[in-house]
Amino acid sequence: MGISRVQVATQSMQVHPKNKKIRNKKHIDYAWGYFMIAPTILGLVILNILPLLQTIYFSLCKYSGFENPRFIGLNNYAAAFHDSDVIQAIINTLVYTLISAPIGIFLSLIVAIVLNTKIKGKSVYRTIFFIPVVSTPAAIAMVWKWLLNYDYGIVNSTIKQIFGVHGPNWLADPKLVMTTLLIVGIWSGIGYNMVIFLSGLQEIPTTFYEAADIDGAGPIRKFFSITIPLISPTMFFVMVTQMISSLQIFDLIYMMFITNGAQSPALSSVQSLVFLFYRYSFETGNKGYGSTIAIILFAITMIFTAIQLFFQKKWVHYD
Amino acid sequence: MHSSRSIGKVFIYMVLILFSAIMILPFISMLLTSLETITESTQVPPLLWPKSWLFQNYMDVWNSLPFLQFYINTFAVVILRIICAVVFSSMAAYAFARIKFPGRDALFMVVLIQMMIPSQLFIVPQYEMMSSLGWLNTIKALVFPGLVSAFGTFLLRQFFLGIPDELEEAGILDGCGRFQLFVFIALPLAHSGLVAVGIFTALFAWKDLLWPMVVNMSIDKMPLSAGLASLQGQFNTNYPQLMAGSTLAIIPMIILFIIFQKQFIQGIATTGSKN
Repeated sequence: MGISRVQVATQSMQVHPKNKKIRNKKHIDYAWGYFMIAPTILGLVILNILPLLQTIYFSLCKYSGFENPRFIGLNNYAAAFHDSDVIQAIINTLVYTLISAPIGIFLSLIVAIVLNTKIKGKSVYRTIFFIPVVSTPAAIAMVWKWLLNYDYGIVNSTIKQIFGVHGPNWLADPKLVMTTLLIVGIWSGIGYNMVIFLSGLQEIPTTFYEAADIDGAGPIRKFFSITIPLISPTMFFVMVTQMISSLQIFDLIYMMFITNGAQSPALSSVQSLVFLFYRYSFETGNKGYGSTIAIILFAITMIFTAIQLFFQKKWVHYD
Repeated sequence: MHSSRSIGKVFIYMVLILFSAIMILPFISMLLTSLETITESTQVPPLLWPKSWLFQNYMDVWNSLPFLQFYINTFAVVILRIICAVVFSSMAAYAFARIKFPGRDALFMVVLIQMMIPSQLFIVPQYEMMSSLGWLNTIKALVFPGLVSAFGTFLLRQFFLGIPDELEEAGILDGCGRFQLFVFIALPLAHSGLVAVGIFTALFAWKDLLWPMVVNMSIDKMPLSAGLASLQGQFNTNYPQLMAGSTLAIIPMIILFIIFQKQFIQGIATTGSKN
């Protein structure tokens, strides 16, 4: 006896009774998906992606902000690479980043390791270290400007008391301003990375250290064989984010080396790419050139990040 | 064995105390200087302790700059940005993590791309947008770039990815729709991530100087960071008043931080750990 078409049809309906219903449910789910990402994606496109394309376009234009931009090709870039201010700003930014990031990270790690031991008053220390992080850089810059004041600041007065010579001109000596910036920059950032390192250190199981103790390992051996490898993912994260952040240094420079519109004579030894970007885009009305500088910064950032990602496999320990 | 451990401990405490002193001395100096007279502050060798306790400095600074307005502006911007970042990022992060809609991965690239670009590249076009909308010099303009958070979306997506499927399946059996799964199951589980996004957004918002400087023309629309910058123009060499102004600028945040320090520190730690 053959099975009639009706029987086959009925059977297939019994095996897949809710075909249409499942498809509808899936579509409703997709609709939720699109709905839930809509504000963010829309926002990112309007606020970030489109502006990125516009900035790239502006960098290829002569644009003062008043008339329409006029396309001039790569002239801005050519001008930038012959502009000694820009070249110096690139150098300043790189010097600042390549010195402040490693030193800052190293110090944060040391403090985090120290705080991770059995000591009293941990949270007090943690709070103290974090206070510069929650303080607005404008205020920090003002305070340090005062501490480093040539005539009356505490630093120079102390130098005079101890060494008998008048302290240096921290804010106006071209040879010294980068050091000044580095000191303040590193000082204000230690707390932030310290907290991240602390959390990473606390994730290392103490059993590892106990096992090493049983094997007779000393503190240095434990540090290099356990702590360093297991903290390396955190260290990588901190390095990438810190470098990106240092490349964008602006607030401290603007607040420390300009007073009442009068700038420090040594400003060109310390001004960063973002500083020049602000100056050209919003103070001298040269938005095209300012955009060019921003793009240059972008390129440098990408190169840095790419280099770090490349070396990640060589030294970061993932399990 | 015992003596080497105590030497180690002494060394540790010395390092800690030295570093802490370096961290906090600038603020102590700021406080002490703010209570001196101009002559006291410019004395050489410097005074260790203010003689006059000139609280008047604070009154003078408060009266010459609209500090109350600075506070209001800053808090308004921060709170609005936190709400937007948490609400929009959590929705998007949940969808990216748990709903397999077509084009999901390509759209997520948009989020990743934004995270790789220095924010300065957005500023000139954003300024022009604010200008053409007539929003320059308003709270709207200050909040605008922070309406959405790629970083928040990325971070929360990590959290939502870690939710076991069984929990959601149980919810579906109970008759939950997608949005209810999001609100009643996923959100509570990502609680520490939400706090982290909130704190990170707040920190960035109140420290930002570049955008307020670009977008604010009049002083009473400025938040604390830009308002403080304008203080420099007024009190050229009145160092005690400059210090008083700085203190006024950072005191509210420090107080907030001390009250909520656990959440703060946990929030920042979270942004670094799920990587």
